[in-house]
Amino acid sequence: MGNMHTKDRDIVVPGEILAEGMEFIPGTGTYRDGEKIIAQMIGLASVNGKVLKLIPLAGRYVPKVDDIIIGRVTEILFSGWMLETNCAYRAMLSLKEGTTDFVERGANLTQYFNLGDYLVTRIVNVTSQKLLDISMKGPGLRKLRGGQIISMNNNKVPRVIGKKGSMIAMIKQATGCQITVGQNGLVWLQGPPKNEVVAIQAIRMIEENSHLSGLTEKVKGFLEEKMKGLPVPEFRQERQDTRKDQLVEFQMERVNNDDI
Amino acid sequence: MTYDKRFDGRKSFDELRPMEAKAGIIKSADGSGYFKIGKTEAIAAVYGPRELHPRFMQDPSTGILRCHYNMMPFSGSGDRIRPGGNRRSKEISMVMEKALIPVLDLKEFPNAVVDVFVEYPQTDAGSRCAGITAASIALADAGIVMKDLVCAVAVGRVADKVLADLNYDEEAYEDGPVADIPIAYLPNSKQITLLQMDGQITKPMLIDALKMGMKVCDKIKELQVKALKDKYGEAQ
Amino acid sequence: MNVESIKMNPELRQHLIKSLDQGVRFDGRKLEQYRQVTVETGVTRNAEGSSRVKIGDTEVICGVKMGVEKPYPDTPENGNLAVNVELLPLSNARFESGPPGIEAVELARVVDRGIRESGAIDTKKLCISTAEKVWSVFIDICTINDDGNLQDASALAAIAALKDTRYPAYDGIEINYKERTDERLPLKAEPIEVTVYRIGNHLIVDPTLQELQCFDARLTTAFTADATICAMQKGGEEGLTLEEIEKMIDLAEEKAGEIRSKLGGD
Repeated sequence: MGNMHTKDRDIVVPGEILAEGMEFIPGTGTYRDGEKIIAQMIGLASVNGKVLKLIPLAGRYVPKVDDIIIGRVTEILFSGWMLETNCAYRAMLSLKEGTTDFVERGANLTQYFNLGDYLVTRIVNVTSQKLLDISMKGPGLRKLRGGQIISMNNNKVPRVIGKKGSMIAMIKQATGCQITVGQNGLVWLQGPPKNEVVAIQAIRMIEENSHLSGLTEKVKGFLEEKMKGLPVPEFRQERQDTRKDQLVEFQMERVNNDDI
Repeated sequence: MTYDKRFDGRKSFDELRPMEAKAGIIKSADGSGYFKIGKTEAIAAVYGPRELHPRFMQDPSTGILRCHYNMMPFSGSGDRIRPGGNRRSKEISMVMEKALIPVLDLKEFPNAVVDVFVEYPQTDAGSRCAGITAASIALADAGIVMKDLVCAVAVGRVADKVLADLNYDEEAYEDGPVADIPIAYLPNSKQITLLQMDGQITKPMLIDALKMGMKVCDKIKELQVKALKDKYGEAQ
Repeated sequence: MNVESIKMNPELRQHLIKSLDQGVRFDGRKLEQYRQVTVETGVTRNAEGSSRVKIGDTEVICGVKMGVEKPYPDTPENGNLAVNVELLPLSNARFESGPPGIEAVELARVVDRGIRESGAIDTKKLCISTAEKVWSVFIDICTINDDGNLQDASALAAIAALKDTRYPAYDGIEINYKERTDERLPLKAEPIEVTVYRIGNHLIVDPTLQELQCFDARLTTAFTADATICAMQKGGEEGLTLEEIEKMIDLAEEKAGEIRSKLGGD
């Protein structure tokens, strides 16, 4: 019978021995060395029976098919656009995936997306060299207009979105800001200036406390306190907003974290 | 000639100078670490995996690690140090890479680079080891996949004694033979990933020195682990 | 993402201006509000004098080293003063290893002018033997984390480190760096630099990296304690009217007073 050296929700570091015994199963973030299961990154231990895995606390974004990401156009090519994606790899948006229009050869592509534009896109393919194929076709995918973009730790995105989108919905409703969260850690916000400040502070609070319990209550209290006396614009139920809510639900299928 | 009392008053020959370790001290970086041993201070920052420039350096089969060792102009105990690298810093950068690579697996990041920058506000011997120790904290802090943490310490010999963590005065000892042996060590697999020797030593003393180094690295690893975990300690 | 490399993003600038119209910046500060400024001295032991300055998350370390050299032939009675800024790659993703680029050079030269022209150090007092030996004061500023406003942080770190500096022991032939005397540098003034940024019709101080993507023009002014202006530098790609310049100088002077109080006594 083996030994467990860690418990659920412990912070563990690379090289830390989590358990000893052949009956334990090394999940993501861990590896087996003989009898030992060892952590291979800094993370939160997740113990499910005999399966040991880690929830990463840090690390640059690793692109996955079907992820919704925010990218910035850096090049306009003959047949599409190249985007920077806040990770080591660039994304290619082909004409076909960028627009439903019939685009003539030699047409000026900047009328669709120009250098510096931020786009909400979906990853449809990741090549062996990690070049990303992305698409603008789908609910909620669009060019972002106005607002500002902040960068957050992409590993904390699931906590910012929350179970079934509950956390991000709470922030949106409390501040009245429109918010779109990319899986790659880029977040777009737009709302009255003081409300944006509160929304950003709430997101930073979640980032720094994601591994601690009682986070939802803490954020709720923070929002109530900071939004006192600030006007909250009515949450516009435009068609676009509905698509964005769908977007959040779509993102939520990828979240494994349970709310504490 | 015997070396009886250590110049800085340390009681035993395997005693390390007072140490301090921190993680996450540079907000712009993907990961960062700080390690101080005696008067030697190293600050390490990790950026990456990120796109590698120039493109001809890209490796389509794996990401690469690049270390950059640099001393701040006011860090030395003598004259001002002219900024810009020199041959020594190039060599140290390279051995630091070789010390850290064995725990990394960058195959998931073709064409990308993990850059590690190590800077020294002040030095008093053992700088490359302090740098590797800080770099290891920084790599872990950056969420890089690592089999183990890497610890490093300079062991060596002064006259008739084998000792750990030589300070500047011990390295400069003139009344007998001296050997300066920086090592880097992986505690789990018990492997040595950096080994250099400067000076004169017999093989038996060398082996004793290495064994001493491997033992004291446990204390260094404890500090690295604590630094990383302390970052997540309290609610913000 | 290398956010800093997008100069003057027009949409972001518009969004920031709307926010400034309501008197609030992206991080909630008022337009004329600095982040928290802290100054520590004696932070690194091998330097003859040193300081660490933090402005918000921006952090720089300054070390002063002294050497004995021949004076320049055209100033045989004056010691030497040199300011250098190292934009260390560890402080921000946009910096690369290598010789100083124009950003580092401008930072260093503006700090240098503030110190030199304020008469902070009487370089004649650095003379040991006319035309033969003079003290050289090397001021090196290294960035540890860049979150905007390196200019003001560097200038503050330089003067704080100079105040902390003590001569090393010198027997007329060789410097003994291991022994520090109690003698301080002959400082006659303490210049403080403040950079004011114009974004649209608004003036702000102490920008974050995000705000640095949106400004139209900037003006750095260095003041001594009696409000004498001893250095100026205009930057940015737009022009400034005379009224704007006057307003920026007034704002800078007000802020210089606040920052000066962080320097503290000896």
